Amino acid sequence: MRLLRILFVLAALAAVPAAAFSQPKQPPADFVPVADSEQGEQIPAMPLIGTAYGLIWVGVFGYVWSVARRLRKVEAEIAALEAKRR
Amino acid sequence: MTRSMVVMVALAAGMFAIAPWLINGAPSEATMGLVYKIYFFHMPSAWMFLVAATTAGVASFRLLFLKRPRADHWVIAAAELAVLFGAFTLVTGPLWARKSWGVWWVWDARLTSSLMLFMIFVAYSLLRRYGGPGSDKLGAGLALFGMANVPFIYVSVNYWRTFHPPTSVVPKLPVEMGIPLWFCVTAFTLLFVILLRVRAHLEHQRERVEALYLAEDEA
Repeated sequence: MRLLRILFVLAALAAVPAAAFSQPKQPPADFVPVADSEQGEQIPAMPLIGTAYGLIWVGVFGYVWSVARRLRKVEAEIAALEAKRR
Repeated sequence: MTRSMVVMVALAAGMFAIAPWLINGAPSEATMGLVYKIYFFHMPSAWMFLVAATTAGVASFRLLFLKRPRADHWVIAAAELAVLFGAFTLVTGPLWARKSWGVWWVWDARLTSSLMLFMIFVAYSLLRRYGGPGSDKLGAGLALFGMANVPFIYVSVNYWRTFHPPTSVVPKLPVEMGIPLWFCVTAFTLLFVILLRVRAHLEHQRERVEALYLAEDEA
């Protein structure tokens, strides 16, 4: 029963991305008068561009920082081990 | 740091400093407007994603079939970069799609197969972290499977036409759009080579630590 509950929760979690990335709306079957459409809806481009470029830079600097930190740790370990051998 | 590495870092830094001016100078696209400018970082990220997956596959082949144990270092480095550039591709793509297509995501062949490739390399990274002894060979098999997806991803957009632009867009780009694109592709290639070399160096050093511990145990 507990296993079933866990499986149910996992299945529900797996459905989250599918729900988040919804499919495009089907085009309307009939012509829609302009007054009833969402004519005023405009998505500004700049926040999307800024987010895209910003995330790449955060990712690159974060990765470089992570590799540098790991490298420093390993090199300190090498120095300590070599000092011990001498 | 070797001399070639210093030259590459300086060149990449200079190119990434100039890139915003070239991207800003590129004209807007007729139907997509300004948002298409995400393309100048999205497409090079996607290419580096595929190059990283191919590099991991080739190194895995060397590890499994040519018995080169040090090739494992390159598989680890390339797989990590496949996750990094894959994440860039899968984040910048939906940001562009939101305005161009009206949705964040569509489950077409190109996007779905790219997501699958990303998940293969996330699985590889998890396997190497928690898999224990023997995970190198198992992981190499997984990376080979990942590399097999690369040509499929590349041609998918031509065989199953959806919203995603086909590969024929790139050679047909007007000069004023093509120059910033190829400039960014070169900068991203340099960045990829630098990160690959540094990450592989980390694995070489880790191997050295293991050798030192072994020598200490034997003494």
